[in-house]
Amino acid sequence: MKNKIRLLLGNEAIARGLVEAGCAVATAYPGTPSSEILPAVAKFKAEEGMSGHVQWAVNEKVAFEIAYTASIAGLRSSVSMKQVGLNVASDPLMSAAYMGAKGGFLVISADDPGPHSSQTEQDSRLMAMMAKVPVLDPASARQAKQMVRIGFRMSEKFSIPVLLRPTTRVCHSRQDVVLEKPQLVELKADYQKDPFRWAATPKFRFKLHGELETKLAQIAAWEASGPIQLNQVSGGSRAVLASGVSAAHAAEIIKSLGLWDKLPLFQVLQPYPLHMDFVRSILDNYESICVLEETVGVIEMQLGAANRVKGKLSGYVPGVGELLPEKIEEILSDFAGVRSEAVTVGKAPGRRPTLCAGCPHRAAFFAIKKAAPRGIYPSDIGCYTLGLNLGAVDTVLCMGAAVSQAAGFHHAFKEQEKHPPIVATIGDSTFFHSGVAPLIDAVVQRVPFVLVILDNSTTAMTGNQPTAASGFGVNGEILGKVDLEGLVKGCGVGFCRQEDPYSIKDFTSLIKEALEFCKENGPAVVISRHPCLLDLRRKGGSWEYRQVKVTETCDGCGFCVSQFECPALVLDEDAEQVSLDQGLCSGCGVCVEVCPKKALEVVL
Amino acid sequence: MKSDKGQQLVISGVGGQGVLFVTRLLAEAAIDKGLPVFTSETHGMAQRGGTVISHLKVGEFSSPMIRPGQADGLLVLHAENLALHGAYARSGAWAVVNQAGRLEALQDETRTLEIYCLDAAQLAETVNSPRSSNLVVLGRVLSLETGLFCNFGDIVKVLEKRLASDSKRCNQAVAALETGLKAGA
Repeated sequence: MKNKIRLLLGNEAIARGLVEAGCAVATAYPGTPSSEILPAVAKFKAEEGMSGHVQWAVNEKVAFEIAYTASIAGLRSSVSMKQVGLNVASDPLMSAAYMGAKGGFLVISADDPGPHSSQTEQDSRLMAMMAKVPVLDPASARQAKQMVRIGFRMSEKFSIPVLLRPTTRVCHSRQDVVLEKPQLVELKADYQKDPFRWAATPKFRFKLHGELETKLAQIAAWEASGPIQLNQVSGGSRAVLASGVSAAHAAEIIKSLGLWDKLPLFQVLQPYPLHMDFVRSILDNYESICVLEETVGVIEMQLGAANRVKGKLSGYVPGVGELLPEKIEEILSDFAGVRSEAVTVGKAPGRRPTLCAGCPHRAAFFAIKKAAPRGIYPSDIGCYTLGLNLGAVDTVLCMGAAVSQAAGFHHAFKEQEKHPPIVATIGDSTFFHSGVAPLIDAVVQRVPFVLVILDNSTTAMTGNQPTAASGFGVNGEILGKVDLEGLVKGCGVGFCRQEDPYSIKDFTSLIKEALEFCKENGPAVVISRHPCLLDLRRKGGSWEYRQVKVTETCDGCGFCVSQFECPALVLDEDAEQVSLDQGLCSGCGVCVEVCPKKALEVVL
Repeated sequence: MKSDKGQQLVISGVGGQGVLFVTRLLAEAAIDKGLPVFTSETHGMAQRGGTVISHLKVGEFSSPMIRPGQADGLLVLHAENLALHGAYARSGAWAVVNQAGRLEALQDETRTLEIYCLDAAQLAETVNSPRSSNLVVLGRVLSLETGLFCNFGDIVKVLEKRLASDSKRCNQAVAALETGLKAGA
């Protein structure tokens, strides 16, 4: 078979690598910038007629534990997530490092320096250091695919979980990638009981920790993952070390500065554990070393020699934000003592993201503000975080925290005279991910608050993946489903009702009713139920279209624009009129109820 | 391709305008011609109506990103973005901007930028494809004599491949592209 070249997203290249390497079990929880990996695994498996198990899990911890167990049972497996997902999965990661792997086990944690679409800029390579597992840091889509293969080999050779850490610029860049033939592997699980390892008590954990250190020392000498010098330069007193996409930027910039045959550039493929021979030779051969890496000085701290190493810790390279190529150009020009021509793009804010026209969350937020105007509004991670623009989101901490923060606010205020009403919002997928445990806790503590579960039947922000209530899987296959009301009631909640937020009056009344109930009885749950329009559109679905017009009554007060912020409503301040962008309008008709002047009408 | 230095394009707009789609078409066209290609894209939260930018690099590059001052051309689907992303252009670069009326060539001490404006939204309406202003802008780009690595026919081929299962959408897309192309005649 002739190898085919295809334009692949970095995440698709990783998926292709997994399929080519015979990964039998692949799991994930969606999160930008990692979300496209799992669907691509399913797609490539289908194209190649390969079997195996591919699934979205309810959260990253569950996803990790399922894939890891497949490794224990002798199969090649992988779990993918975004960097903050690895926080959720950190508990099994720490232990899996001690116990080791049997079939190759790859943990893919996509970092987001910038951050572009994340709560933190955390560096998963530090998590690898903490867990004591090796980590590979690809510079491009093509290299990410190669590293999947190296990672599986390493995992099996040293019996250890291996972390692959792509960043946004690798995940979300496209490149021409050669498709190779998948490795034919026999999918046969073979679990060998070994309770001293797979169920190790502290005494045996101590022994396993010792073995882990030995493995790490061997990995730090394994050639296949060793650093590579990208250009042929001999002599000189300065060298540049780079990893991840910073190495790709650095190579191009060193060429354009005319330093390709003068300034040696080394790419570190495995930032932890750093290869010891390499560390020695770098420190022996060069007086001054510049380290370019994202987001923390992981390589730099292993080099030591603080007086000769210029990087994040020394303050030479910025410690915050993405290491953009123009920044690297400035740094390298300075390091090599040449003039920098680097231009930077001003930090203009651009247009802020907003909920889509017709988004059911917008209607729910408007009703919440109306029902509890002086409330505290804890919220969570998802599209509905954009309720911030509407003043209906006060806190966003991490997945599931809306529920526990509602409780925290109640406990904080309970001895005060005035108790602000608390209305928390959480998406359906986020509720399944991490909202159930804090809801149980709130029931036990009888916390008086209203939890609005924004059920749009999908994981919208990350690209409309199914939720636990969808009843289908990554390839559309029919699966079991969880009944959301049943789950809420099973947690012990005494008030659980649902309403379509498009019926904004009924929905507002329902929130008020829930607020009354919770005062005496503990948490009340309102399920705001209306499908995501993006998801409906994607699936070829349709909905009732109510054409709206602006009547002459409109005096351009701007209430609908500031309080409802539908992108289809545009205020012309000079004309003192709001106009409707028919191209953007979804025909939800909710704005008609929102206008205080009754200047919006449904055209009959 | 005219120059062996490769070509670097910035595609700028807001979420929902099809920035990624245009980037993808150009990248596929490069692959069909056997050229190495890189793109860098905005996904996630910004796609909900926020500012979106993609970089496209065709030729021998190792980084997926374009440095400010290096882009050969700009496709600006949302006119306000010219101010945001104009600094990516090198001196002498071109920009096709989705805006009714005219803009004078943008000039500062170091650079000049050739600007071509067209009302892509209105032109897209004329072919009953109101969501295709992205393709109208791309069509206008293909009408420029810039020595771009691909031409109208190359993009049509990619569209036919990508929309093979939906001939109605494909015809609409080609019509939108052609409208942009003719706007430059």
